Amino acid sequence: MAARRAIHRLSRRPDLMIIESYQKLPVVYSCGPGEKSAVKSQRPLSTAKRPVNLDLSSIQFPLPALVSISHRVSGILLFIGLIFLMWAFQVSLSSPAGFDTVREAMAHGFLARLVLWGLLSALGFHFVAGVRHLIMDMGHGETLEGGQLGAQLTIIISALLVVMAGVWVW
Amino acid sequence: MVINIMNPGRNGVADWIIQRASAVILGLYTIFMVAYLLFHPDLDYTAWSGLFSHIWMKVFTLLALVSVAAHAWVGLWIVATDYIKPAAIRFGALLFVILALFVFVVWGVQVIWGV
Repeated sequence: MAARRAIHRLSRRPDLMIIESYQKLPVVYSCGPGEKSAVKSQRPLSTAKRPVNLDLSSIQFPLPALVSISHRVSGILLFIGLIFLMWAFQVSLSSPAGFDTVREAMAHGFLARLVLWGLLSALGFHFVAGVRHLIMDMGHGETLEGGQLGAQLTIIISALLVVMAGVWVW
Repeated sequence: MVINIMNPGRNGVADWIIQRASAVILGLYTIFMVAYLLFHPDLDYTAWSGLFSHIWMKVFTLLALVSVAAHAWVGLWIVATDYIKPAAIRFGALLFVILALFVFVVWGVQVIWGV
């Protein structure tokens, strides 16, 4: 029954199901060298040839998958943060008084500094994860071990950047 | 070729290249701005507006603005088509994204050429 539904979905939107899958930023679900399986429970996902509608709650995410999803989340945060950056950009360049307004907000406003730190952190992580993507595009670190190491390095470097951004803001 | 109303005239290869080219520009702009602000801790309005009065800085900033729009559009399109199943909500979200990005570019151009 589930397989029939899955095949029905496939036949309705073959373009979305098959061709789109390679356009996307990779969300990696591979498991690490020390792990037996990325799937915690043995719940049958689908009887179709490829997995459809993965039950995410049954999957234990390895580090590269968490880095990948964080890359997406930080990207969404940066999009939302654009409104603050654009405000600061406009007001700081509008007049000397406007420049002081922005400077004052970033020097004394707790909320403004929190937003700034959050945005710098998201930017730092997104930047490092993006550079990792470019390095992998050149063919480095594409093995299972390489993916693990790259994800670990991404976490370590971006954690350093988050701390440094916090020191800078405060 | 995928025919999809929300990605007119585009395909995965174009997206891939746009995403990376804009990422490189944004990376360079980010490094430049962070370095500039780090090396000018006592920045004042004269120096700040002076920086943006240079034509190369206007061009660099405009390039970064257009890159933000392209990069965010490709990225958010991917995220939206991955996680938002109902077509109407997805369409609405993407419409909001593209309008917001359009406003940001126009707003940014106004700021750049107002200095």
